[in-house]
This record gives sequence, C-alpha cells and structure tokens, in this order.
Amino acid sequence: MQKQAIFQSKLLPYALVAPQLAIVLIFFYWPALQAVIQSFLLQDAFGLSSSFVWFDNYIELFKDAAYFEAIVRTFFFSFAIAVSSLSFALLLAVMADKPLRGSMLYRTLLIWPYAVAPPVVGVLWIFMLHPSLGVLARYLRNMGVDWNPLLDGNQAATLIILAAAWKQISYNFLFFLAGLQAIPKSVFEAAAIDGARPMRRFWTVTFPLLSPTIFFLLVVNIVYAFFDTFGIIDTMTRGGPGTSTVTLVYKVYSDGLLGGNLGSSAAQSVILMVMVIVLTGIQFRFVERKVTY
Amino acid sequence: MVEDEGFRRYVAHFILWIGIAIVAFPVYIAIVASTQDNALIANGQMSLLPGGHFFEVYYQTIFVGTSGSTREPVYNMMLNSLVMALLIAVGKIAISIISAYGIVYFRFPFRMPIFWIIFITLMLPVEVRIYPTYKIVADLHMLDSYAGLALPLIASATATLLFRQFFMTVPDELLEASRIDGAGPLRFFWDTLLPLSRTNMAALFVILFILGWNQYLWPLLITTRDDMQTIQVGIRKMITTTDALTEWPVVMATAVLAMLPPVFVVVAMQKLFVRGLVEAEK
Repeated sequence: MQKQAIFQSKLLPYALVAPQLAIVLIFFYWPALQAVIQSFLLQDAFGLSSSFVWFDNYIELFKDAAYFEAIVRTFFFSFAIAVSSLSFALLLAVMADKPLRGSMLYRTLLIWPYAVAPPVVGVLWIFMLHPSLGVLARYLRNMGVDWNPLLDGNQAATLIILAAAWKQISYNFLFFLAGLQAIPKSVFEAAAIDGARPMRRFWTVTFPLLSPTIFFLLVVNIVYAFFDTFGIIDTMTRGGPGTSTVTLVYKVYSDGLLGGNLGSSAAQSVILMVMVIVLTGIQFRFVERKVTY
Repeated sequence: MVEDEGFRRYVAHFILWIGIAIVAFPVYIAIVASTQDNALIANGQMSLLPGGHFFEVYYQTIFVGTSGSTREPVYNMMLNSLVMALLIAVGKIAISIISAYGIVYFRFPFRMPIFWIIFITLMLPVEVRIYPTYKIVADLHMLDSYAGLALPLIASATATLLFRQFFMTVPDELLEASRIDGAGPLRFFWDTLLPLSRTNMAALFVILFILGWNQYLWPLLITTRDDMQTIQVGIRKMITTTDALTEWPVVMATAVLAMLPPVFVVVAMQKLFVRGLVEAEK
C-alpha cells in the first residue's frame, strides 16, 4: 500500500526515522549480533582470550541432558498454561456473551488481572500455597495431600502453571469475547431453528467460527509462557527445587548469572531467537489473513 | 431462542461469579494478609478476615520498607516504576509516531529497508538478547539510571506498525487541503495528523504504561543500587530465602500497592484499554 499524497523533502524523513533507527540499531541489532558472534566463541576460564570454535557451543548444548530437559519442560509448561487458561477463558466468554444483566460489570471484574505484573502474580500464589503458612496449603494438607512445592518438583511445576494460567485468563477472555461478538447472532438462530441443542450449536457453529481466534491466542499464549513466566518462576521457585522449574529463558538468565559459560549462554540466546522468529512468523502470517476479532 | 433461556441465564450468572471469585481470590488473600500480624501468619494461622494492622503495615511499607535486608521504602520504588513506565510509554509513542510519519508520507531511498529493520525487532524480545544488551548499557555507563531502564525498551515495532496503519486510513484530501493552506510537512503533522491520532495515542499509552510498569527481568539486571530499584524487583528481594525472616504483611502490602496503578488504569480506561490491546495485536 502506498500513499498518493506525499511530501517532497530530502532530509526530513531521515530525521523522522533517526531516533527509532538509532535505538533499534544500538539496543536490538548490536546485542543480537553480539550474541551470534559470542555463540561461536569459546572463552578461557578467566575470560582473557577466546577462540573461534564454530558450532561447538551448540553441539555441547544439544548433548547436555539438562538443556534437553529444559526444552521439553518449556514446551510442556507452554502447552499446559495455554490449554488450561484458554479453556477456562472460553467458558467465561461464552457465558458473558449471553445477553445478561450487568455484563459490563462482569467484563470489568474479569479483565483486571491483565494488569498484574508476573512477579506480583508469583508472590500472590506462593503466599497462598506456601507449605507452612499458605491458606490453601492448609486445606490441601487437611485433605491428606502431602503438599510441599519447595521440595517436590512436580508440585512446584503445577504451582507455576496455575499462577501463569491465572494471569492469562483475562487476556484470553477479552479476545474470545470480541471474537464471539463478531459472530452474527442470526447464525445461532438459524442453527436453533434447525433444532441444534446448545452444546451441539457450540461445537458445530461457535467453535469453528472462533477457530481463527483460538489459533491466534494459542500462539500468543505460547509466546507468553516462553517469556513472561520468567517473573513468576523467579519469585516463586527460582528454578527449583533442583532444576524442576527451569525454562529456556530462565536457563539463559541463570547460566549467564553464574557467569560460567558465556558461549553456551549466547548459543542458548540464539536458539531462543530462532524460536521467537518462527512463532512470530506464524502469528504474523496468520494475522495478515485478517482475523475477525 | 427456543430453549428455556431463564434457567440458562442463571447458570451463566453462576459460572461468571465463580470465575470472578477465582480471579479475585489471590488478591483478597493479599489484602487480608496485609492487615494482619506477621507472627500470626508465620505460624500458619492466618485468618481469612481482615486484621487490625492496616495503617501500621501500610505506613511501614510505604515509608520504611522491610526491616530486613532491603530497607528501601516502597514509595521510592513506586516512583522509580512510575518514571520508567512513563518514559517507556511516552518515548515509544513519540519515536514510533514520527518514524511512521516519515515512512508513510515521504518517498526516500532505503525507505523499505528501514521499515523492515524496524519491523524485524518484533522478533527480538529483550529476554533473548539480555546479556549482550546489558553489556552495551554498561559500556554506555547507563547502569542504575532511568535512561538505562527505559531506552532499550523504547523501540517498538508494534507501535510503529499501528501508526502506519492508521496513517494509511487518513484521507489524502486532508494533506491537499493543508497544502493549499500553505502548510509544510511539520505543520501538517502537528496541526492535522497529531490531533487525529489522539485516541490511538491514548489507547496505546494505556497498554504501554502497564507494560512499562510491569517490567521485571531488565530492571532486575541493570539496577544494583537499592534506591534505583523498581517495585517489581523490590518485592522479589523482600522474600528472603529463610522464610522466618520474610515479613509477609509488608510483602503483601507491597503487592497490593504494585497492583494499584496498572489495575486502576485498566478499570478506569477500559474502553481505551480494550481498543489498544486489540489493535496492538492486529
């Protein structure tokens, strides 16, 4: 698409894009390039000299069982967070889409968790489910559950998934509601006249018409689970117990923090970049086809 | 429709209230905990009803901070978060709107490559280039500064795309008209385009303010001084590894305070927020 009416000026357009371009080059491309270069280098223990080692860092990484586990874990977390949050949000959105009294109030009461920061989400949930002082942990113990996410890796992972899914409900709810409201009511009425019961109407009419939104949200939720859960993990478990809640992003952070292997940390960053590019690519191709919100 | 709608409506109300309860419960617990005595909570005997220490706990949280490792008063953390969020939101909008203007309303060599250079940054979230970016900010002597907190997060492909899309819908006749009035490119931008973009800017501001306020990983890395800490980083540092030392009422009060500004923005600006969100994702 091109504008027909434009201005003639030689220097002004460059001045207009200059600030954006400067920031992008200094804080995006330069560090990304650094990461790529670093990922091909091996530094000695004191960081004094480094040598070019081609793909050794990557090969090391893929031979490392811990890295492989982090990949599997990240995908499992993403999937669990996306599915639980999406299904609950869809249920709420279908209910809120009905002509109910006070639907604006419902909407307001359901969307605000979007604004809660991930570390705060982490703090809220660890407090509720803290083994010795958590209110919910008390009930779990009374029910005979041996609840201690500080020691049990599976319980810690459950905790992260719960908290991360909780935060994402509001976002998914909003997009589902917008998607539902874009479907003409006459479609439902036609299906109803044809004798389709509500459940059947949902699966044969609503769900297919909503599938672009569902797919869009699935991608967004996976990206969210990859990156935005960092704050939740860091406040709740710091990757522990053991490495049972270390995701790919958390691993880049913690490996780099310990300062052990810069080359490996950089290689991890590059692999993550490739994953993001693929995910964004999918999302964009899809968005280009004009989703109806 | 054909079925008994009355009963179905009751079910819908019921499910929605359950949803609201699930969404609100953790926050209710935080508010209740922030009014209670720490010893009671540490014993695992926290009551589900508000206690009587509201003023005490919030006074301590806002003006003193925890008595343990980080003694930073929370009002200072909130101030840092506020400055950072405002810098990010205003900065992003400012540089995005002028670069979109340049790309849409001018023809110049390298126009499309420049557009793609900006566009590709969509795919480079700060998390994946965290250490090299840290090093660059350190080399530029911007650690522990507002510039270091905000600048690396200011570039925004999304905002640029959004303004570009909006400018495309602005009718050409407006430009012709202002040209007949003798207006140059800067005049047209200032007098015509900016006023037209007001709602877009406001909607974007709501989203970006929340985004900025909720940043965590970046400020965690680049702030070392306690007085430069943002509230999101501060709250994590309040939870000490030895649980006995964590002052939970203060932590919960901090959590409540950290939630207030962004939640207020979402609820008060609901229309703009929804609009900004849906548009930003398009």
